[in-house]
Amino acid sequence: MDLSALNPVAIAVSLIVAATPLVFAAIGELVVEKSGVLNLGVEGMMIVGAIAGFAGANVTGSTTFGVLCALLAGAALSGVFAFMTQVLMSNQVATGLALTLFGLGLAAMLGQPYSGIPAPDFPRVWLPVLSDLPVVGRLLFSHDWLVYVSLLLAGTTAWVLTRTRAGLVLRAVGENHDAAHAIGYKVVLIRTGAILFGGACAGVGGAYLSLVASPLWVEGMTAGRGWIALAIVVFASWKPWRAVLGAYIFGGVTIAQLNLQALGVAIESQYLSMTPYLVTIVVLVIISADKRRARMNAPACLGRPFFAAG
Amino acid sequence: MTALLSIRGLWKRFPGVIANADVSFDIQPGEIHALLGENGAGKSTLVKMIYGVMRPDEGEMLWQGRPYAPHAPGEARDTGVGLVFQHFSLFEALTVGENVALGLPAEQAGRDLPDRIRKVSAEYGLPLDPDRQVGELSVGERQRVEIVRCLLQSPRLLIMDEPTSVLTPQEVETLFLTLRKLRDEGVAILYISHKLEEIRALCTAATVLRGGKVVGACDPRQETARGLAEMMIGRELAAPGAPAGTGGETRLELDDLTVISEAQFGVSLRSISLELKAGEVLGIAGVAGNGQDELTAALSGETRVAPGMIRLEGQPIGHLGPTRRRRLGLNVAPEERLGHAAAPEMSLTDNTFVSARTRLKLSLKGLLKLGAARGYARRIVEDFDVRTPGVGAAAGSLSGGNLQKYVIGREMLQRPEVLVISQPTWGVDAGAAQAIRQAIRDLAQEGCAVLVISQDLDELMEISNRFAVIAGGRLSAPRPAGETSIEEIGLLMGGGAHAAA
Repeated sequence: MDLSALNPVAIAVSLIVAATPLVFAAIGELVVEKSGVLNLGVEGMMIVGAIAGFAGANVTGSTTFGVLCALLAGAALSGVFAFMTQVLMSNQVATGLALTLFGLGLAAMLGQPYSGIPAPDFPRVWLPVLSDLPVVGRLLFSHDWLVYVSLLLAGTTAWVLTRTRAGLVLRAVGENHDAAHAIGYKVVLIRTGAILFGGACAGVGGAYLSLVASPLWVEGMTAGRGWIALAIVVFASWKPWRAVLGAYIFGGVTIAQLNLQALGVAIESQYLSMTPYLVTIVVLVIISADKRRARMNAPACLGRPFFAAG
Repeated sequence: MTALLSIRGLWKRFPGVIANADVSFDIQPGEIHALLGENGAGKSTLVKMIYGVMRPDEGEMLWQGRPYAPHAPGEARDTGVGLVFQHFSLFEALTVGENVALGLPAEQAGRDLPDRIRKVSAEYGLPLDPDRQVGELSVGERQRVEIVRCLLQSPRLLIMDEPTSVLTPQEVETLFLTLRKLRDEGVAILYISHKLEEIRALCTAATVLRGGKVVGACDPRQETARGLAEMMIGRELAAPGAPAGTGGETRLELDDLTVISEAQFGVSLRSISLELKAGEVLGIAGVAGNGQDELTAALSGETRVAPGMIRLEGQPIGHLGPTRRRRLGLNVAPEERLGHAAAPEMSLTDNTFVSARTRLKLSLKGLLKLGAARGYARRIVEDFDVRTPGVGAAAGSLSGGNLQKYVIGREMLQRPEVLVISQPTWGVDAGAAQAIRQAIRDLAQEGCAVLVISQDLDELMEISNRFAVIAGGRLSAPRPAGETSIEEIGLLMGGGAHAAA
């Protein structure tokens, strides 16, 4: 085995690229779940975001426009979910599963004309001096701008949830929707807003896959990352920074196993491919082993439909 | 003098029901005004209209002579109406401060809020720590959170919906001091309760609702509790019978019953020992959330314990599940009628299978005997005067009182050796409560051993021979009901079980 072929800086950079889509999707879903809604359609919203972003960028040549398309497409798909579960009172689990199936099918159909063409180049941040620094420059100051947005998003979400009134109301709605309604908060409206936010985040996460990580459109390219994002939210005990950690562990192991495969380690590639999923879940299970505290953080109304009485 | 709030001819109709019909009355500043009525008399609907949760179909309200028609609770609060909910509208996972902030307009919930909570709560004798999590608080403390939340908005009218149903007698005294202080400051209080003695002690005016209509107005200080009750239900109350005798053989024995609760906010039972004899009614009092649910679950078999911790007629049964315990003669009627004691969507006939299947042999080799079940459901409906269109009606369509009569009837008519009833008359109107208490006494008279777990002290004093208090998962030593004063019980309920026992 020739370890000298490995470049630690390159590995770290690709780790971040693998983790960022999950950061977007998980933070979005975290906000949705904090409001008391369980949307299992993350995978579907991600893949629709991936094709919308790819198509938008290819047609106009602007990746920024592509990301905007993905954001709107994810939000639009989640809007369907919001209408069904919040207005028509459909079952959240069934609707979320249907959303995933629908999203995968829709993306495959829309993606027909786009397979096999490359995406436009995604611009990278370049700061004078800083980006030219050895090691540090590549590690910290020369990613694409979505990486910084994802971390900013996590930080802002953590701050809003714990430090602002808007976050308090959101948590209250997820905690006890009947009480929130009795005090006079508009439960359905607040939840709809959270669902749309979650959809937009998942859409951007999907676009990151097709515009930065791959950058290609391949049918089914999300490959279960939406489900990993859902698992990350639960095992991160609904804490944004832990969700980021979970996403980075997943990214890290993904890259590690790819490198091991490239080095020709004598393990079946299928086993290596499953390690990121296994390791992410195992690590987060260990973090959240303190059941009392994990339950304390879980929104008490998660997945329960709200009927306004009177 | 202009009334603070004047209600003029309010109507509210729901499909099939008229909740309020031409309701009119006035509330004066600085008055504690009682709103009396049985369950379903229309009190809650009226409160919801005053608080802006619902709109009236007809009629108007005047606030200090000016039209008042709130569209949302926020508008009502801005006008000066505060509401302390019957079932608290609190968020267990949030702190006291966050809970209060959620009930205030954003501009009043600034950084100085914790200090203001401390100040107001000290001023009105309602000590509270803004940083504590509500899930850790006792029920009395939770009510304080609700009251402080209202007081911070300096209300002119404070509505209290059944505020004392969950408090110890001492906590009730403290609450009354607070309410009188508020009244002296000119705040009007609309006080909703079915505890007539409290209303006589506290209120200076009363409006009585029955079937959605105002049927009377009086000064409760001039009336007897009996007179108020008769006004409320519109007929004369039968005098309660004498409690049953004691001295039978021991039926149920709890020996050092200990259950460590794993649920969040659950209460662990700590070495509870008890002997229940045939022919007696043993009452267990206590403030909600002190281990009653856990005790009920341990007795029913939903929580299993070591065999010897529970003995039925000498036989260890702690390890047995509910079905086998029922077969041996231990039946339990849990507190939660819908979803626990009965399946809401299923008919009264189908619901007999919930608990009577084995003891009454309502199934044969896995096949249901529907005819026998229907016959049993009819017997319950007849013997216990359950008002229902028929035994095919869904359990969830019955009113609370009628469903409770059905649930208790279903257990009693199985002729159990031991019957455990949790909260027999919770949320049940006065007439049905009377019937249920009589049935409990009759059953004991016939030789059944009855254990009643209730938060209603007056009820326990009325029906039980012996009496114990559960506090923090510990049970005080039972004593004869006649020899215990309400004050002593109150101290025990506050947690002094060991000191006093």
